[in-house]
Amino acid sequence: MTTKTLGRIYIALIMVFLYAPIAVLIVLSFNASRSRVVWGGFTLEWYSSLVSNSSIMNALWTTFGLAFISALISSVIGLFGAIGIYSMRRRGYRLMLFATNIPMINADIVTGIALLLWFVRFLPLGFTSVLLAHVTFNLPYVILCILPKLRDMDIYQYEAALDLGAGEVYAFVRILMPQILPGVLSGFLMAVTMSMDDFVITYFTKGAGVNTLSTLIYGEIRKGIKPEMYALSTVLFFIVLLLLMLVNLPYDRIDLHKYLNRFKHYRSEL
Amino acid sequence: MNRNRTRLLGVPYIIWVIGFTVIPIFFIITKAVTDGEGAFTLSNLTAIFDQLHRKALVMSVSLALVSTIICIILSYPVALILRSSRFKRKSIILFILILPMWMNFILRILAMQMIISNNGIINHILETMGLAPLKLINTPGAIILGMVYDYLPYMMLPVLNSILSIPEDVIEAAKDLGSDSLHVLTRIILPLSLSGVGSGITMVFIPSMTEFVIANILGGGKIQLLGNIIEQEFTVSMNWNLGSGLSVTLMAFVLITSFIFGRHQEDTAAGFAI
Amino acid sequence: MKKRILSVLLVACVSAALLSGCGGQSTETASVPKTGEVLTVFNYSEYMDPDMLEQFTAETGIEVKYEEATTPEELYTKYKSGGISYDLVCTSDYMCKRLIDEGEAQPVDFGSMKNASNINKRFWTFNKAIDPSGTYALPYFWGTIGILYDTTKVNGDIDSWDVLFNGDYSGQIIMQDSMRDTFMITLKYLGYSLNTTSESEIREAADLLKKQKPDVEAYLVDEARDEVVAGNATMAVVYSGEAFLGHLYNPDLKYVVPKEGSNVWIDSWLMTKNCTNTEAAQKFLDYLCRPDVATANFEFIYYSTPNDAVIKNMDDELKNDPAIIPPDDSVAVCEVCTQIDSETTELYNELWKELKAQ
Repeated sequence: MTTKTLGRIYIALIMVFLYAPIAVLIVLSFNASRSRVVWGGFTLEWYSSLVSNSSIMNALWTTFGLAFISALISSVIGLFGAIGIYSMRRRGYRLMLFATNIPMINADIVTGIALLLWFVRFLPLGFTSVLLAHVTFNLPYVILCILPKLRDMDIYQYEAALDLGAGEVYAFVRILMPQILPGVLSGFLMAVTMSMDDFVITYFTKGAGVNTLSTLIYGEIRKGIKPEMYALSTVLFFIVLLLLMLVNLPYDRIDLHKYLNRFKHYRSEL
Repeated sequence: MNRNRTRLLGVPYIIWVIGFTVIPIFFIITKAVTDGEGAFTLSNLTAIFDQLHRKALVMSVSLALVSTIICIILSYPVALILRSSRFKRKSIILFILILPMWMNFILRILAMQMIISNNGIINHILETMGLAPLKLINTPGAIILGMVYDYLPYMMLPVLNSILSIPEDVIEAAKDLGSDSLHVLTRIILPLSLSGVGSGITMVFIPSMTEFVIANILGGGKIQLLGNIIEQEFTVSMNWNLGSGLSVTLMAFVLITSFIFGRHQEDTAAGFAI
Repeated sequence: MKKRILSVLLVACVSAALLSGCGGQSTETASVPKTGEVLTVFNYSEYMDPDMLEQFTAETGIEVKYEEATTPEELYTKYKSGGISYDLVCTSDYMCKRLIDEGEAQPVDFGSMKNASNINKRFWTFNKAIDPSGTYALPYFWGTIGILYDTTKVNGDIDSWDVLFNGDYSGQIIMQDSMRDTFMITLKYLGYSLNTTSESEIREAADLLKKQKPDVEAYLVDEARDEVVAGNATMAVVYSGEAFLGHLYNPDLKYVVPKEGSNVWIDSWLMTKNCTNTEAAQKFLDYLCRPDVATANFEFIYYSTPNDAVIKNMDDELKNDPAIIPPDDSVAVCEVCTQIDSETTELYNELWKELKAQ
């Protein structure tokens, strides 16, 4: 056997490792039995009952809504915050970066509990408290996606525009924004991903009647996950697959790891 | 640019950081250094040295460490194979690595449980092949497996990124100067990929240190990590002071870890430009 | 660069289209207009048919904010953390007693509720142990704790807790990941009352549990049932209600309440002291006792119901299932858990933590 074949086998094994659980979940979505450990034959029932399952659908919209709104808010605050930090002097700059890092390196459980202890003082737990929590842990990702863009941008263009009589707002929109927009976009997408992925912080800060998919699933573990949940995951999986293929395949240069490889650039700033 | 005025743009963010990062941390520290009646005490902080908590800490650190090492070991061959195959469509590889992360992680861990349980898929396959079943679930090994499964992409992405971006010229030059493959690996690829490994370590080690969901599902409730104990203090024993004390200790631990590994990193921000 | 932004926008559009495509089917059934009243209800997870909540809102116009917890302790913590003000809480017997004793509950006028009489007298009597005045707790579901086991993997019938502790089934046992339940059955096995406050008796139970731990495959809650169904374990300590579904999925499974005795538990509803709209809350409690609603909830959970109207309309097969209606002789050896002494609870907490971390 050649090294090349061995290499292919190795890659294939890693793929199996990463995708086997997903295959299991997809198979379960077609299982007619309500128990995940019994195979009751093939069915499409869960796909049709999915849309009428109000708790799952509510959780789905809460999850999406939360992800979108929190990402939007954190993008706006983060954009101006990053510009503010960028124009600070050395000491303030480093201090702010350190503060920015806290939610990122803290254990989720610590962040969740700290926010809970704080929220119960002035805010009834509910959608708002979860939203505030999500914006809080999204902000660092946004800031750290935008800051490198600010450092790389050509500030002279902006100053030249001002010298030539452009208003500050006009120069900001026409000169600065196009240069840092990619950073804002990656920050936004990263924030959406992080928000959708979170369980622990949501679990501690959520109020009555507010459920995301994660918290709903955690509550269902004991009595058995509803089969509709597998159907929903399968649908979401294929939608994301489709979307990522649309975005990824035509252009080779898009590096999604930029959104994930999150610790790299801020570390160098410390 | 008028620095004084642009600095004002940062004000909402600064308020947010103070309001929702600094103050909550202050609260948790206050809880940590008081007892149930509100009197000052250090016992919640020193509680980490109790035999029970020490054991959980040691268990957390060792499981996280083993998981991190396995992630590194699994990642390198992938990077080297992809490099030698000249398969440069990074986007597809990243795509493959990221896709599973869009399925809820609790569901994926539950699926993993079904694969490795006593009467699960792996043991069924072994049985049909006439082999003895394996004891996988409800052991520390199962928790490690779950952590490696969940965090492998976080290690693989930076490692791949750093190894695939080593210029071919550098390696060619080394070969021209008489280096063999092993030499190239140890003297060029390894040192140049360390920054990637460094960020991979922080991204795998920290979350696996503080994990409690994976341990609950794959450990059968028999193995207590520090994360589990903290969770229990808050949700079962109602001892918020002790829970906060342990959280603060954990926080200090994580900070130290991230500083140690953070130092190894080069300025790779340039690689981030889209 | 432009291309990239375009592609991102494209994705955004496609996803928006997909989302709105799924979003438009909120079914408006004929219902009473919302009154603006809101009830915050706190219950165990998967312990009520969600359709019944929607139906309640449709019938009365009262909106229900529904929150779930998985264990009595978690429920108590969430309740006490004060982040959410609950109107109605459903929890286990001893936790009900604790809340009542702490003055967290307010009296309910059961007499004025049309359907409260559907609850069999026997359960009001049972509940005297936690609510002597009979004015706070409304029985919701009840059952016993016993062993669910796979008859093909054991010799003969099981009739004693001994199988859990004698080491014969090492690695095949699933215990409850619930402090109280696990201690209670161990105390019963040792021949003590499960309401004991004797430190030495409790410590003896803890030592036995520590000795047993290497034989235990896992500490789980309700998912224990699936593990026995799947053949991942031979036996599990479960609530009687779980046994019905277990038997349904795997006919080889059998449920037994061991001869040493066990715990008979009742989960009840309390109206909290914070509840201001008591009329709406009583409406909700009354609604839960209504035969059609109680039947729907029963068929969602399959735990034993205290509601006579539900039992009357049950199939004979269900009526004769000991997991659905525990026979009197098995209940006779069981005790209600009422022990909430704070020192003992702390001792439990400490010993439980030691056991789990061992």
